[in-house]
Amino acid sequence: MDKRINVPSKQVSWRWILQMAWRDTRKSKSRLLLFISSIIIGIAALVAINSFSDNLQHDINNQAKELLGADLELASNDSSFSYSGIEKLEYKVSYENSFASMVFFPKNQESRLVDVRSLEGDFPYYGKIETEPATAEASFRDGAPKALVDQSVMIQYNAQVGDSIRIGNVLFKIEGALISSPSQSMGATLVAPAVYIPMSYLKQTGLVKRGSRVYYRRFYQFIDPPKSFNIDDQIWEDSDTLRQQKISSETIRERKESTGETFNDLADFLNLVAFVALLLGCVGVASAVHIYIKEKIRLVAILRCLGASGRDAFFIYLTQISILGLIGSILGALAGTLIQTVLPEVFAEFLPVEVTIALSWTSILGGVLTGLFMAVLFALSSLISIRKASPLITLRGIEDQTKRKKDKAQWLIYASILVFVVGFAFIQIGSIADSLVFTVFIVLAFGFLALVAKSCMWIVKKFFPASWSYVWRQSLANLYRPNNQTLVLISSIGLGTALITTLYFIQTLLINEVEITTNEDRPNMMVFDIQNHQVETISSLTKEKGLPVLQSVPIVTMRLESVNGITHEQVLNDTSINLRSGIFRREWRVTYRDSLIDSEELVSGSLRPEIDQSLQEIVPLVSLEDDYVKRNKLKLGDTLVWNVQGIPVSTILGSTRDIDWNRVQTNFLALFPTGVLESAPQFHVLITRVRSIEEGALFQRDIVKAYPNVSVIDIGLILNTLDDILDKISFVIRFMALFSIITGLLVLISSVILSKFQRIKESVLLRTMGGSKRQILTINSLEYFFLGSLASLSGILLAMLGSWGLAYYSFNSTFVPNLLPVLAIYSIITGLTIIIGLINSRGIVSKPPLEVLRNEIQ
Amino acid sequence: MSNILEVSNLTKTYSSGSKSLTVLSDISFSIESGDKLSIVGSSGSGKTTLLGLCAGLDRATSGSVLLNGILLDGLNEDERAYVRNQHVGFVFQNFQLLPTLTALENIMVPMELRKEKGIKQRALELLDRVGLADRHDHYPTQLSGGEQQRISIARAFSNNPEILFADEPTGNLDEETSEKIESLLFELNRESGTTLVLVTHDLELAQKTDRIIRLKGGILQNIETVTNA
Repeated sequence: MDKRINVPSKQVSWRWILQMAWRDTRKSKSRLLLFISSIIIGIAALVAINSFSDNLQHDINNQAKELLGADLELASNDSSFSYSGIEKLEYKVSYENSFASMVFFPKNQESRLVDVRSLEGDFPYYGKIETEPATAEASFRDGAPKALVDQSVMIQYNAQVGDSIRIGNVLFKIEGALISSPSQSMGATLVAPAVYIPMSYLKQTGLVKRGSRVYYRRFYQFIDPPKSFNIDDQIWEDSDTLRQQKISSETIRERKESTGETFNDLADFLNLVAFVALLLGCVGVASAVHIYIKEKIRLVAILRCLGASGRDAFFIYLTQISILGLIGSILGALAGTLIQTVLPEVFAEFLPVEVTIALSWTSILGGVLTGLFMAVLFALSSLISIRKASPLITLRGIEDQTKRKKDKAQWLIYASILVFVVGFAFIQIGSIADSLVFTVFIVLAFGFLALVAKSCMWIVKKFFPASWSYVWRQSLANLYRPNNQTLVLISSIGLGTALITTLYFIQTLLINEVEITTNEDRPNMMVFDIQNHQVETISSLTKEKGLPVLQSVPIVTMRLESVNGITHEQVLNDTSINLRSGIFRREWRVTYRDSLIDSEELVSGSLRPEIDQSLQEIVPLVSLEDDYVKRNKLKLGDTLVWNVQGIPVSTILGSTRDIDWNRVQTNFLALFPTGVLESAPQFHVLITRVRSIEEGALFQRDIVKAYPNVSVIDIGLILNTLDDILDKISFVIRFMALFSIITGLLVLISSVILSKFQRIKESVLLRTMGGSKRQILTINSLEYFFLGSLASLSGILLAMLGSWGLAYYSFNSTFVPNLLPVLAIYSIITGLTIIIGLINSRGIVSKPPLEVLRNEIQ
Repeated sequence: MSNILEVSNLTKTYSSGSKSLTVLSDISFSIESGDKLSIVGSSGSGKTTLLGLCAGLDRATSGSVLLNGILLDGLNEDERAYVRNQHVGFVFQNFQLLPTLTALENIMVPMELRKEKGIKQRALELLDRVGLADRHDHYPTQLSGGEQQRISIARAFSNNPEILFADEPTGNLDEETSEKIESLLFELNRESGTTLVLVTHDLELAQKTDRIIRLKGGILQNIETVTNA
């Protein structure tokens, strides 16, 4: 008679599951720790970056007032600007008028373009202008002609405190080296470093005249403002007025946000790089768990024979992997917390404030949870097979393969992984589209590497070189032995290689791009701020020195007043108007001529009216850049009214041009015909080419000596600076990419150790049959050589494809890989693979065959 | 006495692509509670397959297995695992001890799965009964083949099974050890009154059971009653 049975829904307790997980771990501790080592590096990278960002943000918040140096900064190109929003308040104010000019060092007769900042008042009200010696900040304001000179310039020109510099007509004593000041941004100081002078000497320099490009800043400190007053609210309320008067403003809160954002963009990018390292590690975990579970299936089958359910067995191993994932994540978080202490050094050039090192519990917790979740998610793809393990394995030794179907839960896990990757990227990038692109790229990269690995294994199988010697054939055959990790090794090492190589390619591409513009006959020195009456004499001086005048161009600054009668105000008040307000905000620098130059190409219209010549006399035709016209939805025939320093000039959009902006020369969005702007206030730019640094220095010295108002930009100097910046950025990125490489190598080490027993068995068999140690070592070395070669070459190929794409689509350039460094990368990665492989296999050949055979029987 | 195991028209066919292979064909027999039955036959005759089906380790293509009154055919894998835990004990040719567990822990597992109390004491008694009390904290790899099989037998009896399935219990052991294991197995079986189903090549061993089922090419040849068992 058939009895019904009632299986209790919860057969065993969690305590038992934990106990079994622990019992199983005891004998596999070292191997299990090996799995989790793969995720330690990724988590360390994540926690380090996040902790560092967190601390930086905390410091930015704490030092917010010192970042701006005042409660409010207002700035304009107009010296007489005023703002009524703070009139009722009591405040202190400081003035800073800044402009680009040449500074001359009499000691060594050299000159350089700097940002001259004339200061009046007690700015900064919070924090300080950091100087060396520290007393210089106060003493340079004692009424004498003294200056603070940017530290890098002092080093570059070997200037000492106490030396003199000449700015315009005034000789200043260097009172101290300027290390940092609240209103200084890194980008600007690299091209034109700051020099502070007292405002009282500005007029005497003779450098500020009508039409000079001076930036007027005012710094306010409010004294006991009413509690109800909030400067941010006030600025928000007056934003339209400020915009109309072309006054820019910055409050402490805005400075805090913008400072944080700048670094956060870099940190978010680096977080993604760290995440890639974690992903690599997780692929390593998945692969190791796959092999581990395959070995444990027999054990699971015994448990099932004894009455454990599939769920019980599954939870034993899930618990085990989760605990290990947790340990790995905690170790990673610890390592990350330690690594963050070196990050201030790595990011030294980019830090807006001094960063204090402190534990960031949110980053640590975030890292631990991410690591745990990722490790479990990736391990699950193998773990779920436990649920279906048949107890019949205890009798048969192998599983009945005929019953195996792809588990539906497997697809769910793959989908969860994708969702998690998109989710993580979204948290970092903040854009769902960009997160999807990132995920697609990651999937494509892994897919490409997996395809290469699979193809290679297929090719080796299909066209097996049967005529080769035994050791070569055996080492090739090892690539597709059961439980091989060829796929995972090529993916992980390959992706690490691809990251590093792409970074190298792109850096080289950018530097080459810049160098191309400076070689041979290209211009490399730009003289600007030349007044009308100086044009002829400076041209003559240039020619006297044997230098060519490659370009001499007049420049007039103006603003756009209206387009077809529509003004900026109308655009701001009426959203239905199809015009961007940005074209009205821009300060246009325009030139005039009647022909195109070699960097320009006419796309539509013509520079002069073709039929009615007389029309030109009445309404001039202007030409704009074609892309700009399209972006701003303008069209030929539009009436553009310009405000040329107070005087309205009406024009018609007569043509559009393509412009190659990559040339080191003057290019202009807007081009006027001759006969319109000649009498407008203007300055000229002269472009030449010097043959050597010495010739350049001499030319600059003579020009600046004779014409103190004129500035010279040495393109070579800017390129050096650019090179420096690229070096600094690429150092940071390489530092992060290193985590991927280390992870790849850890996956390699773990895979070698995991397959060690299998290799030992193989080598014992070979030795039993008479194989020598040397032959076995050769087989192993060749196998690692093939693996390393395949991984690094696939990574390099992926990098080439990626770099080509970036060069073609992002930099509009041609990508030509430099083969020598590629060869070096290949050799290093392959060499490392062989060395690590052999170091970890060294016990294989020394095992006595009998010991192995005995273990095998047991 | 009631039947503890009833096997009716049991057939097992494996399919691979368009081909199929019948390894057991229309097997029927029953066994009374407390009886000892052996299944003999040459390699490939279907002995182990039959044992697996009787113990609920596998599903038959057709036919039915009634174990201790429970029809195994309609049960899912977890329900069959529960049945095994409650009613069945196993002894395997290659011992099948859990390598990551000590001797004592191996014996405790079936009882732990049943959530019994005082299991450590019972496991220690069983260890003592098989003569390995001093090896309780040793792992399987630290024990000889004979010792491992003794642990395996202790484990099999730990949950007081109604029926014990033994697959070639002495197949991996030398003659002297085999004799000791056989004695232990039969002694414990007698003491606990458990039904024993034994798969073996060894006709001498088979002669120690009450009945012998002979299989050949997956077909039941005959069922012989042993008079001197």
